[in-house]
Amino acid sequence: MTAEPLLRMRGVRAFYDGVEALHGVDLTVDAGEVVVILGANGAGKTTTLRSICGLTRTTGEIRFAGQDISGAPTSSIVRRGVAMVPQGRGTLTDLSVEDNLLAGAITRRDKDVAEDIATWYDVFPRLALRRHQSAGSLSGGEQQMLAVARAMMLRPRLLLLDEPSLGLAPVIVRDLFDVLTRVNRERGVAIVLVEQNAALALDIAQRGYVLEAGTIVLSAPADRLREDDAVRLAYLGY
Amino acid sequence: MGTVLSETARDDQAGLDVIAIRLRQGRLRAVLIVLALLAAFSAWALIDGGLQLYLQRFFDGVTNGLLYGLGALSLVIVFKATGIINFAQGPMAMLGCYLALTVLDLGPVPVVAAIVVAMVLSGLGGAVLERVLIRPFDQNNHMAIIMVTLALFLGFNALAALIWGFHPKSFPSPFPQGAADAIVIAGARLSYQAIGTAVLVVATVVVLEAVLSRTRLGLAFRCVASDVERSRLLGIDIGRTVQFSWALAAAVGTLGACLIAPSTYVDPGFMNKILVYAFAAATLGGLDSIRGALVGGLLTGLSVSLVTGYLPGVGSELGLVVGFAVIIAVLQFKPAGLFGNRAMERV
Repeated sequence: MTAEPLLRMRGVRAFYDGVEALHGVDLTVDAGEVVVILGANGAGKTTTLRSICGLTRTTGEIRFAGQDISGAPTSSIVRRGVAMVPQGRGTLTDLSVEDNLLAGAITRRDKDVAEDIATWYDVFPRLALRRHQSAGSLSGGEQQMLAVARAMMLRPRLLLLDEPSLGLAPVIVRDLFDVLTRVNRERGVAIVLVEQNAALALDIAQRGYVLEAGTIVLSAPADRLREDDAVRLAYLGY
Repeated sequence: MGTVLSETARDDQAGLDVIAIRLRQGRLRAVLIVLALLAAFSAWALIDGGLQLYLQRFFDGVTNGLLYGLGALSLVIVFKATGIINFAQGPMAMLGCYLALTVLDLGPVPVVAAIVVAMVLSGLGGAVLERVLIRPFDQNNHMAIIMVTLALFLGFNALAALIWGFHPKSFPSPFPQGAADAIVIAGARLSYQAIGTAVLVVATVVVLEAVLSRTRLGLAFRCVASDVERSRLLGIDIGRTVQFSWALAAAVGTLGACLIAPSTYVDPGFMNKILVYAFAAATLGGLDSIRGALVGGLLTGLSVSLVTGYLPGVGSELGLVVGFAVIIAVLQFKPAGLFGNRAMERV
């Protein structure tokens, strides 16, 4: 084993239709770590997550679990254990809840899929009740729960979450973050969290990055970020 | 654990799927309207021409309709996976039919075996076609891909003419087709050919539904049909899944052509007319619904058979006009079709 982190981005530039959206991002995530990315709208947070999944054209180096994944097709990156919950839930709305969970494990060849589905129904009993309904008919909170369970069905080593709290009632957000904390602690899944709710995100994260206009301007442990005046003013609002 | 999401929903909330209920009601209403129209026309037809004639038209309509449904099915499969309409589907099925004929020419093979061989070959052909001529294009640029399928439409017609000539050939039926091979109900003939065709079409739909709902590849197909980018994040290889849909559509199309051919004849353009009916059926049923394709086919077949059979001045040559009328009426009143969720945006 080398001391290499689980995920390492070095000098990553990302492009949309030839326009550069990330200007050389350096970012690392250790195994089992929770990292938060803060930043204003349009700073490149979503682009960073999309770059890791191979959904955006990039240059520079992206390594996952000791292997170069820059330029690899998304399907091969996902198969290595990178699951993403995109902004706006990311469930397949035409499919039933159960089919969504099955689809989450579509790349797995082992026999424990049914067992895992039962586990996630235990965590989110409301999903079990609605297992035959289409995902599109669920409430926003239920859809986000389904999106997280669906992503976990991959048994990922790295979970990417893009604004999971968006549009959810505060009490549901708290529940969601409880589950994320448990996923991280009990299963050792590393998490990269892009989140507007910076206070909550910094509570569960060990480290954080601040992204501004496509560049990382600050990188520090979570408690240091919470103390930082600029961060407090811009993202914590006090 | 928290409070809200871990809390068990009350029993009366379970299964309360408002969207699904509303969708079902909308569908039911639309189907009832169409059935009422058909019933009204049928009542008039019965009074006008008597039971025997009506039953004969009805049997013809159902048999043809099921075949249109099969054609519609091959359009729906590709549309679901890609969002495009494959205009080359008719000529592709025609090529498949010629393949079956060629196999029959090679030696004494049962017709069914020749059809199966042709289906397998066209499936492979569909897969190659997707890889070579469809995938290189930007999959979001639907117009470009539709242009490719239009080019293929012309190209395949010309290719078939080049290889097999314009001379119409007859195609043997896999079922007994003699004058006596029929059930007679109230004087109207229901041929074994028609019954066999109906059984095969329904069996195809049942098998297809089973493949799509029970296999890993079927799940991948449904995911891609629902949302391409989210499917990519599940680790699904989009290209392979789309390729599977092209292969499946090609095989289903070939089966349809081989079942239609015995009652027509085979020449390079023989599927083009059927393609129009298949469009009508797919539009009516909903371009993204497999069951809808079958129902749409049945309704189109019945409409064409009854309208051309009863309305004075509308001869069988004007059947295509009925097909177009169905398409226009659906786009006007229910763009998503009877069972569809996605409306056709622009073609």
